[in-house]
Amino acid sequence: MRTGLERILETVERATAPEDMQVAIEALRDSFGVRHMVYHWVSAAGEQYGCGTYGADWVARYKARDYLRIDPVVQGCLQNFQPVDWKQLDWSGKAQRAFQADAIAHGVGHQGFSIPIRGPNGQFALFTLSHDVDDVTWAAFEQRHSRDLILIAHYFNSKALEFQPGRTPAPGQALSPREVDAMTLLAMGYSRAQVANSLSISEHTLRAYIESARLKLGAANTTHAVARAISRGLIVC
Amino acid sequence: MLRYMTTEGLARCPGLRDAMFRDRAAQFSDRLGWAVAVDAAGLERDQYDALDPLYVIWEQGCGRHGGSMRLLPTTGRCMVNDHFAHLNGGVQVSSPVIWECTRFCLAPGAGPHVAAALMLAGGELLERQGLDHLLGVFDANMERIYRRIGASPEVLGSAGAGRDRTSLGLWSLTGGARARVARRAGISPALSQLWYRRAFGAGSFCLQPA
Repeated sequence: MRTGLERILETVERATAPEDMQVAIEALRDSFGVRHMVYHWVSAAGEQYGCGTYGADWVARYKARDYLRIDPVVQGCLQNFQPVDWKQLDWSGKAQRAFQADAIAHGVGHQGFSIPIRGPNGQFALFTLSHDVDDVTWAAFEQRHSRDLILIAHYFNSKALEFQPGRTPAPGQALSPREVDAMTLLAMGYSRAQVANSLSISEHTLRAYIESARLKLGAANTTHAVARAISRGLIVC
Repeated sequence: MLRYMTTEGLARCPGLRDAMFRDRAAQFSDRLGWAVAVDAAGLERDQYDALDPLYVIWEQGCGRHGGSMRLLPTTGRCMVNDHFAHLNGGVQVSSPVIWECTRFCLAPGAGPHVAAALMLAGGELLERQGLDHLLGVFDANMERIYRRIGASPEVLGSAGAGRDRTSLGLWSLTGGARARVARRAGISPALSQLWYRRAFGAGSFCLQPA
């Protein structure tokens, strides 16, 4: 599973067009064995962009009926940044009940888990999984995979930001001196414990530096991050 | 008790909310002399309070505010990256597994056990939200308090000296530190978990509708 996941994330990493992300999200959906997986970006102007496995008829219907305005998932996630199980949202309104019934009729599934994403400059996106299993099984699934899914969600989002028309390269891509130190020592073949010891920091803090450097470099894993740092001339070893 | 609240939740407890903003004015404007905006009613609020943060509040009896902190994800707009990047060599911190913790405030007269209780809540969030770290800015006095309660952060950088020193640090609050703050707060881990579950529900991540 782990290597399968990393392979899929590398597909996302290599994506040069939004269509490549569609391929990746379908593979991820299969890998997690859920009914649907969707990445959904909503701009401040109400424009929608994304990729996912919902049927074309449901996507068209969602837009035509302007469900964005009443969808409790979108409305609920706008005010939160913690992942949400759909059962925790308020579906009690008449419009919301009708929307839910329509979604289930179109095969969305009655269980859902959505991760709100807050990006730069007030950007907002959602990464959602939906399925048809009982409550206990779904809760166990969420517990087991939430951390991986949070990382995957943000990974998708960073890639989507690259495809944004008229985008200016994100500032702050430079590595901090501590991140350079950590990546350099890793590139020299030091173990994490040795790196932490050499820099007089805990392994926990080292993890934060590596994770932050990994994200800045748009890398799928540490090895990949080290390779990118070397190829971009950010570290010398 | 420890309460985890969004802006929406605060609106249902206006007394507690205003007490928090008043105590923040006392700490950051009166005591520390920071250039924060305090309105005519004596409440300190800034632009980050408008971004739907998550608040953790230590509520004393009768809905009184004992202390609080404010959390925001570092992937979106946040205070540390907007105003304190110079403490980290000018580099922004942006990670889905790091949340910033700002406006860590103790009500006048609140003891170190309140700081410990808030840190205990930080530990719950780290564990249950799948986070690696909390990232925070603090002054020399708070640094001393964190040390006293056994939850010193790993300092990334500082500016100023003596009482005026401002630092940026990371908390991971794993095993030993979690146990120390629980002991210092006088709260059992079981009780802390109960308060978390009351706010978030069993096995879930997002705040329950109250």
